[in-house]
Amino acid sequence: MSTSVWVYTDKVKDHFMNPRNVWDDDSYTPDGDGTVGSLACGDQMRVGIKVENDTIVDLKWQTYGCASAIASTSMMSELVIGMTLEEAYMLSPENITDSLGGLPEHKFHCSVLGDKALRASIDNYLERENRPNTLKSKVARIICECKNITDQRIEELVKSKEATTIDELREITGFGTVCGSCNKEVHELFHELQHIYGV
Amino acid sequence: MADEVIKVMKETFELYGNASSMHAFGRGASQKIEEARTNVAHMLNAEPHEIIFTSGGTESDNAIFALARDMIDEGSQKNRIITTTIEHPAIIETCRYLVKRGYKVDYIPVDVTGKIDIDAYKELLRDDVLLVSVMAGNNEIGTIQPIEEVTQLAKKYGALVHTDAVQAIGKMDVDVKRWGVDYLSISAHKFYGPKGVGALFVKKGAPFGPFVKGGHQENGLRAGTYNTCAIIGMGEAAKLVINDGDKERKMLWKLREKLRKGLLEAIPHSIMNGHPTESLPGTLNVSFAAAEGESILLMLDLHGVAVSTGSACATGSLEPSYVLLAAGLNVELAHGSIRFSFGRYNTEEDVDYVLEIMPPIIKRLREISTR
Repeated sequence: MSTSVWVYTDKVKDHFMNPRNVWDDDSYTPDGDGTVGSLACGDQMRVGIKVENDTIVDLKWQTYGCASAIASTSMMSELVIGMTLEEAYMLSPENITDSLGGLPEHKFHCSVLGDKALRASIDNYLERENRPNTLKSKVARIICECKNITDQRIEELVKSKEATTIDELREITGFGTVCGSCNKEVHELFHELQHIYGV
Repeated sequence: MADEVIKVMKETFELYGNASSMHAFGRGASQKIEEARTNVAHMLNAEPHEIIFTSGGTESDNAIFALARDMIDEGSQKNRIITTTIEHPAIIETCRYLVKRGYKVDYIPVDVTGKIDIDAYKELLRDDVLLVSVMAGNNEIGTIQPIEEVTQLAKKYGALVHTDAVQAIGKMDVDVKRWGVDYLSISAHKFYGPKGVGALFVKKGAPFGPFVKGGHQENGLRAGTYNTCAIIGMGEAAKLVINDGDKERKMLWKLREKLRKGLLEAIPHSIMNGHPTESLPGTLNVSFAAAEGESILLMLDLHGVAVSTGSACATGSLEPSYVLLAAGLNVELAHGSIRFSFGRYNTEEDVDYVLEIMPPIIKRLREISTR
C-alpha cells in the first residue's frame, strides 16, 4: 500500500517480531520484581528475575512501548541471563543498543528503561532477602561536583516525589548554587527521571 | 496521484514552456494554467479570479496569518485572532509564533468528538476579532466542523473567516458560497493531485495583499515562476473531484464503517476517536488500550499496511497527539491510537485483510505489555 517506514536494524526487527523471555505466563514467580515508567508516558517495563548464588538464572519481562522498547528489553533479557547480580547491575543502555546494532538517535531514550527496570528488580530481590544494597553506590555518578550530588540521589528524590519541581530539587540538594556548570545536565536528568517514573 | 493526473502531467512536461513568457509555447502553458484555475474554482464553487496558486496548504495558511499580522501592524482596530486547539501545525505553530510576538490569539476548545464548543466560541467573539480560522475537517480524527455556522456568527462581529480545507477537499462538499468564508486553503495531493502545489481562495472584495513579492504572477499577489506542470495536474485532479467526488465519498464511507464496526467488535478495549457521523469518510482513528501505537504501526507495516499513529514514540517527542489530548482522550489511549486513511484505490478486500490481521497483532502486543 505504501513504502516501508522501517528504520531499525534487522536485529531490532527480529527481537520485536520474536521477543525472547516474555513474561506472558502468569504462573511465573520471580525472586525480584521491578517496574519503571508509566502507561501515561507511553512506555512501561516490568522485569522479574530468578536468582541462584547471586547469579541471574532466569529473567522474564513485560513491556508496554514502541518497537525499540520491546526489542531493547528482549535483547537485555538475553544478555543478562547467566550474569552475576553485580554484572547485571553494571549493564548500561549502550550495552543493549550496541548488541542490537544501534538504534535511531531519537529512540535511544526507549532503551534506558530496560536497564532501569533490571536494576529495580535486583533492588527488589536484595530487599526481599534483607541484604544491604551495595550495588547502588557502585553505579552512582557525581553530577554536581561542588555539592557532591549523584545521579542516584536525584533519582531517589524524584522517585519518592520529595522533589516534584526543579526548584524543590535545588532547595533540597543545593545543586548548581556554586559554580552552576551542572545546571543543564541536572535539568535534563530531572525531566528524564520524571518521565521514567511517571511523576 | 490519480492515473489521469499523471497522464496529463506527462503530456505537459513535453509541451513545457515558461508560462509568463510571450512566445507561443508560453501562451499555450498560460492558457492551460487558466483552465486549471477554472477547474479549481468550479470545485470550490468560486470564481476563477478568486483562486491564487500556492505551493500547498501550509503556504496558503501562512499567507492568511501574515495578512492578519500586517493588518494589525498597520493599526487595525480589530486585533484579535480566534482559532481552534486542533488545527494543523501550519496554523498551530504560526499562532504560537504570533503569540510570542505579542499578538492576541484565542483557541476554541473541542468536545470528545472533536467538534468545536459553539458556546465557548460565542463567548470569544467580540467586536475586536479580526480573523476566525476554523478547519473544515480534521486530519487526525476526521471530525467535520460547522463552517457555515462559524461564519454566520463571525459576520455579526465583522470578522474575516478562513478555513483550512486541506483535509476536507474531495472528501466532503466544499462550497465557499454556502459557507460564506473569506479565505480557504487547499493542497493538491489531498485530492490525488501532485505534491507541492495548492491554492488559496480569496473572496472577491476581501482584504488581501501581496504575500510573496517580486513578480507580476497571480496579479502580483504571489510572485514567482509558475509551477506549470503541477498546477495543470491539480486542475485535472479538480475535474476528478467534480465528476467522481460524490460516488467516491459514498464508497469511502462504506469502507470506513465496515472497518470501524469490524475492529470495535473484534477487539475488546478499543474505542473510536472522532465523531460517529460528522466525519470525513476517508479517516478512521481508533485507540487500543495496553498496546502502543508505534508498535502497532510497525506490525501493520510488516504486513504491508500503512497507517499513522498519535503516539509520541512515532515522532521522537515525549508527547502524544495534541489533537487527541485536546479532545479529552487520556494519555495512554492517545499513545495507543492508530489512524487508517482510505482513498479511491482501496477496496473491501483491503478492509477484510486489516480485519483479519489486527486482532492477533493487538492480542500479541497486549501479552507482551505490562498490564
